[in-house]
Amino acid sequence: MSDTHAQSVAFVRETEIPQQPPPMLESGAVKWVRENLFSGWFNTIMTLIALYLVFKILVGAAPWFYNGVWDAGSIRECRDILAGKTGACFAVLVDRWDHLVFGFKYPQDAYWRPLIAFLLLLVAAAPALFGKYLPRKMLILTAIYPFVAFWLIWGGTLWLPVMVAASIIATAMVFRLVEGMAISTRQILAGAVGLVSGLGLAWLLFKGAGELVFIANNIGASGLSIVPYILFWAAGIFTYVCFIPMGIFVGYAIYQSAEDGGLVTIVTALFAIYFMLAYLLGPVSGTLNSIIPLELQAVPSRDMGGFMLCMILGTVCVSLSVPLGIVLALGRQSNMPLIKGVCVVFIEFVRGVPLITLLFVANVMLAYFMPPNSNFDLILRVIIMITMFSSAYIAEVIRGGLAALPKGQYEAADSLGLNYAQATRLIILPQALKISIPGIVNVAVGLFKDTTLVSVISMFDIVGMIRGPIQQSTDWISIYWEVYGFAALLFFVVCYSISQYSQWLERQLQTDHH
Amino acid sequence: MKKTVFFGALATAALASGVASAATLDEVKARGKMNCGVTTGVPGFAEPDANGVWQGFDVAVCRAVAAAVLGDSDAVEFVPTTGKTRFTALASGEIDMLARNTTWTFSRDVDLKFEFTGVNYYDGQGFMARRDLGVTSAKELDGATICIQTGTTTELNLADFFRGNGISYEPVPVETGAEAAQQYTAGSCDAYTTDASALAAQRANFEDPTAHIILAEIISKEPLGPLVRHGDNEWGDIVRWTLNALIAAEELGVTSANLAEMAAGTDNPEINRLLGSEGNLGGMLGLDSDWAERALAVAGNYGEIFDANIGESTLINLSRGLNAQWTEGGLLYAPPFR
Amino acid sequence: MTTLADQPVKALNGSFKLSMLLNDTRYRSLTFQFIALVAIIAFMAFVGGNLVRNLTEAGLNISYAFLGEPSGYDINQRPIEYDSQSSHGRAALVGLLNTLIVAFLACVTATIFGVIAGVLRLSNNWIVSKIMAIYVEIFRNVPVLIWILIIFSVMINVAPSPRDFRGDDPVASMMLFDSIAVTNRGVYLPKPVLGDGSFLVFGVFILSIIGIFAFRSYSRKQLFDHGRLIPTFWPSVGLFFVPAILMQLILGGPISLEYPALAGFNFRGGITILGSLIALWFALAIYTGAFIAENVRAGILAISKGQTEAAGALGLRPNRIMSLVVLPQALRVIIPPLISQYLNITKNSSLAIAVGYMDVTGTLGGITLLQTGRAIETILLLMLFYLTVSLLISFFMNIFNNRMKLQER
Repeated sequence: MSDTHAQSVAFVRETEIPQQPPPMLESGAVKWVRENLFSGWFNTIMTLIALYLVFKILVGAAPWFYNGVWDAGSIRECRDILAGKTGACFAVLVDRWDHLVFGFKYPQDAYWRPLIAFLLLLVAAAPALFGKYLPRKMLILTAIYPFVAFWLIWGGTLWLPVMVAASIIATAMVFRLVEGMAISTRQILAGAVGLVSGLGLAWLLFKGAGELVFIANNIGASGLSIVPYILFWAAGIFTYVCFIPMGIFVGYAIYQSAEDGGLVTIVTALFAIYFMLAYLLGPVSGTLNSIIPLELQAVPSRDMGGFMLCMILGTVCVSLSVPLGIVLALGRQSNMPLIKGVCVVFIEFVRGVPLITLLFVANVMLAYFMPPNSNFDLILRVIIMITMFSSAYIAEVIRGGLAALPKGQYEAADSLGLNYAQATRLIILPQALKISIPGIVNVAVGLFKDTTLVSVISMFDIVGMIRGPIQQSTDWISIYWEVYGFAALLFFVVCYSISQYSQWLERQLQTDHH
Repeated sequence: MKKTVFFGALATAALASGVASAATLDEVKARGKMNCGVTTGVPGFAEPDANGVWQGFDVAVCRAVAAAVLGDSDAVEFVPTTGKTRFTALASGEIDMLARNTTWTFSRDVDLKFEFTGVNYYDGQGFMARRDLGVTSAKELDGATICIQTGTTTELNLADFFRGNGISYEPVPVETGAEAAQQYTAGSCDAYTTDASALAAQRANFEDPTAHIILAEIISKEPLGPLVRHGDNEWGDIVRWTLNALIAAEELGVTSANLAEMAAGTDNPEINRLLGSEGNLGGMLGLDSDWAERALAVAGNYGEIFDANIGESTLINLSRGLNAQWTEGGLLYAPPFR
Repeated sequence: MTTLADQPVKALNGSFKLSMLLNDTRYRSLTFQFIALVAIIAFMAFVGGNLVRNLTEAGLNISYAFLGEPSGYDINQRPIEYDSQSSHGRAALVGLLNTLIVAFLACVTATIFGVIAGVLRLSNNWIVSKIMAIYVEIFRNVPVLIWILIIFSVMINVAPSPRDFRGDDPVASMMLFDSIAVTNRGVYLPKPVLGDGSFLVFGVFILSIIGIFAFRSYSRKQLFDHGRLIPTFWPSVGLFFVPAILMQLILGGPISLEYPALAGFNFRGGITILGSLIALWFALAIYTGAFIAENVRAGILAISKGQTEAAGALGLRPNRIMSLVVLPQALRVIIPPLISQYLNITKNSSLAIAVGYMDVTGTLGGITLLQTGRAIETILLLMLFYLTVSLLISFFMNIFNNRMKLQER
């Protein structure tokens, strides 16, 4: 204490006060709690209610998990072990694990195959999903994957998918070859191709016209209605009138295209792939297999089941519906009224009905629309319907992406002299797709969840497996929490990770723009 | 190979419309497998076991037909169908025969154009209720909530029964037997109605089967049998006579134990004709002569199949009742093999 | 690609060459559409021809005559008069109404759930916002079919059955002075029974509602014209209840309540809400609510922070800021995705068959299909029903959306 100012002022501080810790209530955890949990009477009540709820749920669920029985042969044994206590009977998951995951008919010694296919899916999807961080060349993996996965899951000879892949490559080579031909050679080719396809088309249309008249007569015979009767008659007559001109026109068009090569190239490639798939594929892969047998036990698609079936349906349908969705979206943007109309009607129709009715169509109606005695797998019919369903939704997402592109992009493409195909392929789609990816991923998640609906049409996906063989069996009758909870958990893990990816992607896209 | 067929089909489908329809028998032989429609699971009648192998009373009929036609009881592809899909699956050719406790009715036979090839189980619609409810007759169920498994004739029989007796009820339609059992045991319906055989089968699965009684009334006739498409009589004959062979074998005393011995030839000419050591019944069906022997070798005669799957020694515990041989007061009466 | 200059001069002069159909952009789109038309006709021929052949082979024909025949089955929830002698067509109509009922209920409830969860997820209360985030993520990422099955299973296994209400010492008892019974068959509520003179009570009630509106507009006028603030909330509440209740008391209770009571096997009397309806309703609402919550959150986040701050500067309280400033603006962002969620609810209500609720998929697409075997006809009708309902909903919601749009001044 100094005495300098002792007379005038009672006390003057001359040194700085050492820094004090902040008050208890304004720092650290307490402050956080005060600000985030108890910042007002309303908030306090909410917090208390929430804490109470969490507490109740934990108290209710904890013994259920804690007392869970993992080792029992049936629900009765479970009850005996629990002896009246609350507790889960997880033994059903152990007992029926294979059924829940792979379905009850997939051969047990082949379980490693879908597992490897699933792991490879992660590898193959990576270049497509994280394109920025991985070399572009890895996309080859993505392209190879469908063939490998098909072989792994369905089995049979490896030569079949290899030959399909080879046919596709060969077709691409034919495409290149024709594109690079000297014009004089190509003219000869175009003449031949034009003649064959013109004749073929005319013959097909002639048959079709007969068919239309046949339908019309049948409708007339059943006295059903006059409108479809007239419609089919009109269509029949129209086709009778135009089958020769159409044939001539298409043949001529192909012949004419020899100079710039567009049409003749495509048609030749189509011929090539048809010929290879229809006539060469079976014999060649069969012969190769007899020379070098590379065979896995074949599994018919009817034997797929459990969560694996959901994964297969989800992956296949999403990957098929993206290209289809692009086509539909472009069609809907087209300025040709007929094509636009067809696309709009298709999209709006599919979006207007529940998936379950489309599955009913696959299950009970589609067979009537196929040639008599042609036998489509149920799984194939279901894939067709789900693909149609999701492609309509994806088309709408992509339409949004197309609409979001500034008009200048279209005009710039035009001003460069690009034609429609070039402009779409090089300018429009890459940008539109990039914007639409998060939306497509959302559709994909929704679609994946919707694959459970196949249980309604007697397919044994994971839900069908639970509702059918498991709950119906003598051992596990009426068990529900454990099995449904397990199914929910599987779906949650997959869907949550995909939606996290989608959110990550959205953030990536945002930083690109700003 | 399957995909090859598919690509081929896809390609030719565009060109060739309208392939001549092949006879089912040839088709099955060419395919090497028979497609048989079954339920998605009724204990005792058709149900995949823990290894995924289909077991049951209806399944045994499919296996017998497959053995008769293809010589291999495992050459069957079991196609699970729901009540909704079974008829379309058969009509569209997805399955070759349907053995899915389907009731033989006029409209299914005539209007929907199917061919019932006989009856493998005489059933009737019954009711199950809790014992402590104190109900003994279905007529006492006035105002009760009743679980019905949809997709069968049960809804119609139930509506007719209650209407006829002037009493009311609350229907609770349920898709699968498992869910019906779940709802019934939880008490969300007072009674559960479906075919009496299925009631017995499901009651066997309950925690305490004795706490439930099956009421005396059987309110309908439910002759259940395998069926095929209308119009292919050769195929229909094969299925019909395979079933008859199973039934006749029991009547004639042919069992899986003495089958080999009997097939070598016996004093009874009908057994000889059945097992092919005399005459050529198999040839008339388009099969070889020991077709019936193969069918019987799978799981024995009708009685043995019954006992092994749904009989009194099993959990399901059904007595033969109407399904006894005619010689023992039942309705099973196979036409003569001659 | 040929440019204009490459084209033959003759063509420009009007003479027509066949190759122009391909190379001239004026005609090319016509050519393509013509080809598309031919392709469509070919497709029709293929599909129709197969259909006709298959049907003739099976000996069937397409006919809707079954709609007029007696259905022969009973339905447990009948919004309109129906019994087993009514026609299949009427059964389909009952199913359609049941679809609309569950869809409507689920839409309303899902919106409530969604708005609450969406707003609370942005709350600064950490635990509440985390709980809402967990709710949204859990329900969004699991298929709705599994939710429906879980909720239905829980309901029938956890709720007491009517049997438990019986006896001297019942396991379960009714709620709210024995007026509401919650069972695993459904919820039984008291039903108002209208006696003589009840129209007077209704008349008074309607008058008092008119009165409330009149009072509110008067108080607003006072506020705007004279700056006087008249409290409206409590007077409105009073006006809503008091006159009608007084009238009810004066007339000696013309409107009485019929309470559900245990009789025979079930509760009788009162209003029954079926268990399957509740399970489906609740599952659809809570599942779709999670999606709506995300839409609401996105809508609120789209409103710039300046709006909130400006409202705060004007001295509004936080909940007033939300209800008067943020939500009305956010609605414009929220409504379009909300429409598609409503459509999803309507379509997902077809999963009713999983719990035995007799919606249109259960009657027309279920029992009628099974009993008549007319798969093609019933499924076409079913799709037509859903298509019409979907188009109608999006039509009306789009009108609403256009009215809600920002009016440029």
